[in-house]
Amino acid sequence: MSILVFIDQSEGLLKKSSFEAACYGAETAKIMGTDAQAIVIGECKEDLSQLGNYGISKVHHITDNNLQHFDAQVYSNVIFNACNSIGAEVVIFSNNTTGKAIGPRLSVQLEAGLVSGAVALPNLTNGFIVKKSVFSGKAFANIGINTNKKIISVNPNSFSINKTNNTATVSSLQVSSTSSKVEVLAVNKVTGDIPLGEADIVVSGGRGLKGPENWGLVTDLAELLGAATACSRPVADVHWRPHHEHVGQTGLAIAPNLYIAVGISGAIQHLAGVNRSKTIVVINKDPEAPFFKAADYGIVGDAFEVMPKIIEAVKKLKSQS
Amino acid sequence: MKILVCISKTPDTTAKIAFADNNTKFASDGVQWIINPYDEWYALVRAIELKEANPAISIHLVNVGLADSEPIIRKALALGGDEAFRINADGSDSFYVASQIANLAKEKQYDLIFTGKETIDFNGSSIGAMLSALLDLPFVSHATKFDVDGEKAVISREIDGGEEINKVAFPLVVSCQKGMAEQRIPNMKGIMGARTKPLQVIEAASISNYTSVVSFEMPPAKAGVKLVSADTPEELVRLLHDEAKVI
Repeated sequence: MSILVFIDQSEGLLKKSSFEAACYGAETAKIMGTDAQAIVIGECKEDLSQLGNYGISKVHHITDNNLQHFDAQVYSNVIFNACNSIGAEVVIFSNNTTGKAIGPRLSVQLEAGLVSGAVALPNLTNGFIVKKSVFSGKAFANIGINTNKKIISVNPNSFSINKTNNTATVSSLQVSSTSSKVEVLAVNKVTGDIPLGEADIVVSGGRGLKGPENWGLVTDLAELLGAATACSRPVADVHWRPHHEHVGQTGLAIAPNLYIAVGISGAIQHLAGVNRSKTIVVINKDPEAPFFKAADYGIVGDAFEVMPKIIEAVKKLKSQS
Repeated sequence: MKILVCISKTPDTTAKIAFADNNTKFASDGVQWIINPYDEWYALVRAIELKEANPAISIHLVNVGLADSEPIIRKALALGGDEAFRINADGSDSFYVASQIANLAKEKQYDLIFTGKETIDFNGSSIGAMLSALLDLPFVSHATKFDVDGEKAVISREIDGGEEINKVAFPLVVSCQKGMAEQRIPNMKGIMGARTKPLQVIEAASISNYTSVVSFEMPPAKAGVKLVSADTPEELVRLLHDEAKVI
C-alpha cells in the first residue's frame, strides 16, 4: 500500500502546484504510516530526484510516444495501470485544469471515491474525512470517502510547501498506453505571465478603472510585485480584459497570499472567488463598497490618485531590499 | 447529431450560504434555485447555437434531481432544449450522479455530451470526466470555444497559462466554461413551447455512493478592515511589508 502523487508539468518544468501536492501526499503518508511516491508523465527537463525535497521517496517516470501531449483519456488510463503496478491506495492530484480532467476519470477506473478541492489533510480519526472548499469558497464541507481506494485533489495555494533536503530515487516505469484520439492543433501560451491559480500575489481591477486604457495602474503594480493580474466579471464581459483573468463565482476561484482589488465593489459573486486569499486589500472610492467588509486593509480613495503613489512606494521598497 | 446537455440545480449566485440540521444540510429556506450557470450559459446555450446553425441537431437535457428540479428543467426547455429526462434521485455524490447519466447516455447513444466545468455549489468538476470514463469516450475539459468541422469537433480549451486547440472525432464529452457562448433569456414563445415539450421521469438505478457529506462549516470571520488614509497610500505599502509580511 502506498500513496501516489501525480506530478503535473508544463513544457518539461514542474509546477509549484505539483510541489504542494507532493507535500500533501507526504504528510498524508505520515498519517497513514506509509510512504509517498510520485508519478511523472512525459519528458521532463528537471531533475526529478528533487521531489525528495518535498517528501517523495520514489519517482516513477513514464515516457512513451503516446504521452507527448496531454489527453485526459490516455493519461488516466496510464495512471490507472501505474496504480495497479505500484499498488497505490491513495492518489493525490493538484486541483488544477489537469487534475480536474484526470482525477474524476481515474476515480471511476479505480473505483475510488474522490474529494476535489481539498484544503486540509485527511482526518482519519473516524473514517477518512477530507475538508474541501464548497459554494465557490463561501464555505467548507467535510466529505467522507467510503471506498477502499481514495483520490484527493488539493486546491492550489491551500497547502504550504515544506521543503527539506532529501533525494528521491527515480526509475522509469513501463506501463501500456493507448494512442490519443485528441489532435492538438495549436498551443497558445500567454508567455511571461504567472498562472493566475498559482500566483502568490494577484492585482485585480474592476469597472472603477473606467476603461482598458487605464489598466497600466494594475499591470505596473503587478509587474513590480511579481504578481498575476485578474479582473471582475463585468470587466471581462465588456472585453476590457481577457476571460481567463475573470475571478469570482463563475470565473476562477483563487487563494493567493495577497489579493489587491482596485475599483471592484465586491459583489457576493466576486467575493466567492477570492475570499480564501490570505490578505485582501481593497482600494475603492465608495466607502460603502461591500468589499471593505471582507478586506484586511483598505483605502477609501480614487484609484487614479492612490495607485500611482502605491506604485512609487513599492518601487522605493523594492530598491531598498 | 444528438447532443446531451447535463444540467444541475444550484442555489442562485446571490443566495445566502447557511447550514441547518447541525451543519449537515444546506439551509434551503427562501433560496432561489437556478440552472448551474456553467451548464446554462455555456453548455446549453452553445448547444442551442449549434442547433440554430444545423436544425438536424436534437438537444436532450438530463438532470439528476427530485421533482423540485422541474422548474429549472422547464427553463432549459424554454431556452431551447428539445426533450428532457429527470432521473429521480437526490444525488450529492459525483460518481452516483455520473453513473445515472451514463445509463441514459448508453441507451441513447449521443454524439456529444456537454457539461458545465463545475457546479457552483459543490465545485466538484467531476461529472464530465466521470462520464467519459464510464462511456470510454475522449474528454476535453474547460472548453472556451466549440465548433463542428465535418465529423470532428474543434475545441479551444483552457490550460494553465494559456489555451490549446484540439480536434476530436465524435462521440466525445466536453466540459464548458466562459467563452463558449453568452447568457440568454428565454422568450415568450420558448416559455409557452416548453410547457408541452417532453419531460420524462426515469427511476434511478441502484448505485452506491463513493463519498458522503459529513458536515459543513463556514470560514472564520474576518477581524475587520484596517483603513489607511488616501493621503498616505505609502503607509499601506509599509503595512503590507512590515505587518502582513506579504510583499
